[in-house]
Amino acid sequence: MADLGEGGGGHHKKGPGVKKGKKLNTRVDMTPMVDLGFLLITFFIFTTTLAQPTAMKLFLPKDTDNPEEQNKAKASGALTLLLSKDRIIYYYEGILLPDGSNFKASNFGQIRQVLTDKIKTTDPKDLVIVIKPNANSTFKDAVDILDEMTINGVRRYALVDIAEPEKQLIGASEGGAAAPAAPVVK
Amino acid sequence: MSRPKIARKSTWVDMTAFCDMAFLLLSFFILTAKTKAPEAVTVVVPNSVSSKAAEDKDQVLVTITKDGKVFLSLSEPERRSAILEELNTQKQLGLTAADYKLASTKEFFGSPINTIKSFLNLPPEQMKGTLLPGIPCVDSTNNELVSWIAAATTIFSGEKMNLMVKGDNGVAYPIFKNVIDAFKKNDQMKFQIVTNQEPIPVGSPLAQQRDKGMKQTQ
Repeated sequence: MADLGEGGGGHHKKGPGVKKGKKLNTRVDMTPMVDLGFLLITFFIFTTTLAQPTAMKLFLPKDTDNPEEQNKAKASGALTLLLSKDRIIYYYEGILLPDGSNFKASNFGQIRQVLTDKIKTTDPKDLVIVIKPNANSTFKDAVDILDEMTINGVRRYALVDIAEPEKQLIGASEGGAAAPAAPVVK
Repeated sequence: MSRPKIARKSTWVDMTAFCDMAFLLLSFFILTAKTKAPEAVTVVVPNSVSSKAAEDKDQVLVTITKDGKVFLSLSEPERRSAILEELNTQKQLGLTAADYKLASTKEFFGSPINTIKSFLNLPPEQMKGTLLPGIPCVDSTNNELVSWIAAATTIFSGEKMNLMVKGDNGVAYPIFKNVIDAFKKNDQMKFQIVTNQEPIPVGSPLAQQRDKGMKQTQ
């Protein structure tokens, strides 16, 4: 009710013999309707998906570039990330050594630290991140690592096919033998 | 001396205005809410920090489902007919005007090119991602998506095409790579990946850049 209980205050005593004019109250109590209105509003707000899908832009490099341009990446500024199954990331800086001694393992939780360290120690002009997802990685891994590039402000990165020696190294480190120790991140 | 009379005031509150407002808000929310069309192909997209809303016009969307099937959809019905006409001239499929008309009603394409005619005649209840074969895109030797993207590029010539990839979290990377290869073969180097927005991690370079940008604009 929209008023506080107040016993029939509206009736004035009239003299005897004066007929009471029938006064009908035309006021409608709107309270339940308001309740209903807000209930429906709440329902619609909760059921509509407010989150619109967003789009992440990706520019691919041309495959047919002449080899001179392709090799522009300086070994000192390169960091290669190899994505593998179970969201493990293997990485190495520069060129992969024949004995695989600079081949390290990490994961999505720790890779940001690796990237930050690399960015700090490298001349921004030379920095290039090479991303090589292998056959066991998923679309989500690829998108996540590309996202990581955006998060860390890396301008130059490339999505490249994985090479055979790298495949073998991943196979070797996943095939039973102890994987290279992940760096300790504090 | 008499007590001062206190006028008896009615405590009745007029709820009409309140009610009006409630229903005004209600109608606003109903009208602005976009009804989410029941999707025949369900995918759970990954998250990214990108905050740019996905374009919904002039869209060429490649959907990759969890089981690795690839579907192609165009946002405008007339373009759906056009892409099929283009494919027909390229591949001599023997399609007719009636087929083009059917194509404009299809929300997506998802069959090998040689069975496209029977795909177009499928009843709506069979237009489900799980029942359809998808566009063959498994290896580089039989990548029909290349033809589809080529046709799309032709019908969009001179106009801006919003090429998008909507993939499920669990899609194996090689399938995504085949899709990219199909884009590359048609010189479509720019594309967008449909994602859900997630917050930018605190303290990251991107967050710092954003904070800086905000300070400058203030």
